[in-house]
Amino acid sequence: MRNTFISALCDLAEQDERIWLLCGDLGYSVLERFSERFPTRYVNMGVAEQNMVGVAAGLALSGKVVFTYSIANFPVMRCLEQLRNDVSYHNLSVVTVAVGTGLPYGTHGYTHHGIEDIGIMRAFPNMTVVAPGDPVEARLATAALVAQGGPGYLRLGKGGEPTVHQTPPDFQLGRALPLRAGDDVAILATGAILAEAVTAADLLAQQGIRATLLSVPTIQPLDTEAILAAAARVPLLVTVEEHRPVGGLASAVAETLACAPGQHARLLPCGVTISPKVIGGGAYLRERNGLDGAHLAQTIAQALTGERAAHVLHSGGA
Amino acid sequence: MASVSKSTGAATDAQAQRSTREFAQAVRAHALRMVHAVNASHIGSSLSMTDLLAVLYGGGVLRVHPAEPEWAERDRFILSKGHAAASAYATLAEAGFFPTDWLATYCLDGSRLSGHLTRGVPGVELSTGSLGHGLPVGAGMALAAKRDTLPWRTFVMLSDGELDEGSNWEAILFAAHHGLDNLVAIVDYNKIQSFGSVAEVMRLDPLAEKWRAFGWACREIDGHDHDAIADALNSVPHEPGKPTAIVAHTIKGKGVSFMENLLAWHYKSPNDEQLAQALAEVEQE
Repeated sequence: MRNTFISALCDLAEQDERIWLLCGDLGYSVLERFSERFPTRYVNMGVAEQNMVGVAAGLALSGKVVFTYSIANFPVMRCLEQLRNDVSYHNLSVVTVAVGTGLPYGTHGYTHHGIEDIGIMRAFPNMTVVAPGDPVEARLATAALVAQGGPGYLRLGKGGEPTVHQTPPDFQLGRALPLRAGDDVAILATGAILAEAVTAADLLAQQGIRATLLSVPTIQPLDTEAILAAAARVPLLVTVEEHRPVGGLASAVAETLACAPGQHARLLPCGVTISPKVIGGGAYLRERNGLDGAHLAQTIAQALTGERAAHVLHSGGA
Repeated sequence: MASVSKSTGAATDAQAQRSTREFAQAVRAHALRMVHAVNASHIGSSLSMTDLLAVLYGGGVLRVHPAEPEWAERDRFILSKGHAAASAYATLAEAGFFPTDWLATYCLDGSRLSGHLTRGVPGVELSTGSLGHGLPVGAGMALAAKRDTLPWRTFVMLSDGELDEGSNWEAILFAAHHGLDNLVAIVDYNKIQSFGSVAEVMRLDPLAEKWRAFGWACREIDGHDHDAIADALNSVPHEPGKPTAIVAHTIKGKGVSFMENLLAWHYKSPNDEQLAQALAEVEQE
């Protein structure tokens, strides 16, 4: 996904001289493609994220469209107030790019896990928060953020994510992308975990459970219309994210559902919930959190059984 | 270039006739009235930098054009110590960026002029208030001008207390590394921060040597001596290829005897009687 991003950014920078890239001394074997082609619009800012974001704001106030790049939570949390006051408040065209968000830096430990970033970034005014589900979405999201202008957060996986979209989707910021249709359950997935949600939907189909699957690349603004439409049709909405449910897609969907009138689906949040002290690789941590396709399918099937039992009980008592 | 006539500074012809002393006097009087009217804090911080602002804007150092605040080739000025907004707004009004009438709305509900400097007011480049933000942003502006070979300069006014913030030192490293000699940092070194003297809270001395060690050209001046201020500001960059730091030794509350060098005036606002005395003293300056 990071290679797709940099390739997309190079293509955009070829056409648009306003585009700059700043990195926080990370991006080895990825960013050279940009830095060699556009040396006057690239700066390695050193290990100094606060200054990176401040400089990005200064460049943006001088007419540039600036991407800042680092890994996991570094470009978000170390410089949070600069993002809030300098970028978001001033509504500047600065896009924060975090690669390896979620759990792919597994054995590096919790310091390298980006699992609270969505909740933080979506709290800011003017901030568009995008977590592409595959390389196709990553390319389209990069272009869409430049076209839109203003503050953005591009939350990427690390590398090697499978391509989910075999044909280019109609990507628009703020719109969910339908991947499967079904009336038993709706799965909403955001970010690089999307492929696991696809696996889960396929496994459920083998059990005769038909799932709607929506990729939700934009968490702010959220596609509340698509979410409420699904919630009116199925008994259970499942959010899937490599992020803590607090503040993440689960929270965003819960806020939407809680404010919606009438009968609608219950929410089942699937996210990172285990202790940050558990050590292991990305795949292992996904499994331990129940976020791999097989565990997701199992959790969803069990929840649906519970839903049906509750429904039967409720109907019987009525 | 058509803009040459604009690049001679902020002062209009009429204002150019006025001395920077008179400019500073007017700014001090405005600032005192503003904080008195709304019982606002930070008058000490406003008064300590007033002479620096008077020379920057009233003395024609900054190449700005108040009638066209977004003029592309203007020098950029960032007030990183955004809490000293009263004298900054008063300076912009006196320089002609907006009517002095607006100053009476400082900190009122629904006003354009908030307690910390806010972009959107003509002449304000950056909203500040949280310390340690101005210099990184100024470094970004300077980098943009440098890479695009544009002539405008960036000036950032910092407080001494805010040099506790690590973000400044990140920017100080960065600006020197990139040879941003179109960037000027001015430290309003009044020696008092929020909850005590700088010497007690977090020692900065030897401050000029720190800037130099980080690769900046640094000059120390008396921040109330208008000739010294003008001389320092009009001769930047002091060393080609290096950003310029001007450590301006100032007095918190300068110009009002009972406010000078007192921590309390970081918080207090003058009552009616104190305002009258303060205005009388300022006018005698």
